[in-house]
Amino acid sequence: MIDTKYFLKGFKSIKGVGSPAIALGASFVAIGALLKNLGFSIQESIFSTFLTYALPGSLVMAESMLIGASLINIFIAVWLVNARLYPMTVALMPLLMHENQPRWKYYLSCHFIAVSSWLIMKDNYENIEKENRIDFWIGIGTATWSVAIFSTVVGYAASDFLNKDMLIGLAIINPIYFICMMIGAMKTIQISLSVILGAILGPAFYFFSPEWSILFGGFFAGTIAFFIGEKK
Amino acid sequence: MTSNIVIVIIITSLATYLSRFLGVVSAEKIKETSKMFRWFNCLAYSTLAALIARIVIFPSGSLSEIDYLIRFIVVILSVVVFYLTKKNLVYPTLFSAIILSLFSSYL
Repeated sequence: MIDTKYFLKGFKSIKGVGSPAIALGASFVAIGALLKNLGFSIQESIFSTFLTYALPGSLVMAESMLIGASLINIFIAVWLVNARLYPMTVALMPLLMHENQPRWKYYLSCHFIAVSSWLIMKDNYENIEKENRIDFWIGIGTATWSVAIFSTVVGYAASDFLNKDMLIGLAIINPIYFICMMIGAMKTIQISLSVILGAILGPAFYFFSPEWSILFGGFFAGTIAFFIGEKK
Repeated sequence: MTSNIVIVIIITSLATYLSRFLGVVSAEKIKETSKMFRWFNCLAYSTLAALIARIVIFPSGSLSEIDYLIRFIVVILSVVVFYLTKKNLVYPTLFSAIILSLFSSYL
């Protein structure tokens, strides 16, 4: 069903110099502490990371609960902030699809799509034959997802010991990891332009609409980068 | 578990899975050599860059207590560490957390 050799190869991506474990761990430790302060039980906190596994979505859920938003408003707010997962999935799955592999693997493993696992897969897929990429991906996904769940538990347990300065330190780790990963990924004109324009237009659109800034900024930046790159 | 919290968790996870699911549905019809694929690839990277830039420039939560100039300096220094350590990802991330915690305690 799942080729163990490639699964383990993917799973081992959490080790080494490019490891996402620290960045991922740091942010989910902060989430664990946040959920505890919100009144979640340990089971509920685990359940949340287990089912959602997308950091901005969990943060929006927490913020919405604090202000007592309705369920439909929570759904819309989370959907908006996590809609970036749509282009990410479309930009990843065609690389993994192979006729010899069953469809359920794709529909189940898309749950593992998050920024860190996605960037690792994008960085490594060329080294794996196409037929085996999905098993390699499931390995990466299982590893990063496990780190997230484990770190949520750690954060929940440690929340009383985490002071304000430590939480600030934890909060910067994830963006720094992503910035470095993105710089490392800037190998073609299209990707470099996408990253640079996205980083400029995203915050620029924030002045018009904070909720839509990421989607609008990302859409215009990516489309401009695409056309410039295609002309070369 | 409190039923209310459980419902919120399920709503959050459905709202999140929706984009992933629709992504796979669309991906079934898109070849990796097509223009459409390259466009979505650009959109994915630009949206991520927009998200990360927003987290650093307009943070919510604990990062917002730090002056934007300090955040900016920490980002630049961490990228320098990233290059100095031949693109190692562990050093710049640890460095950023330690230096920002220190800035936060002593400034």
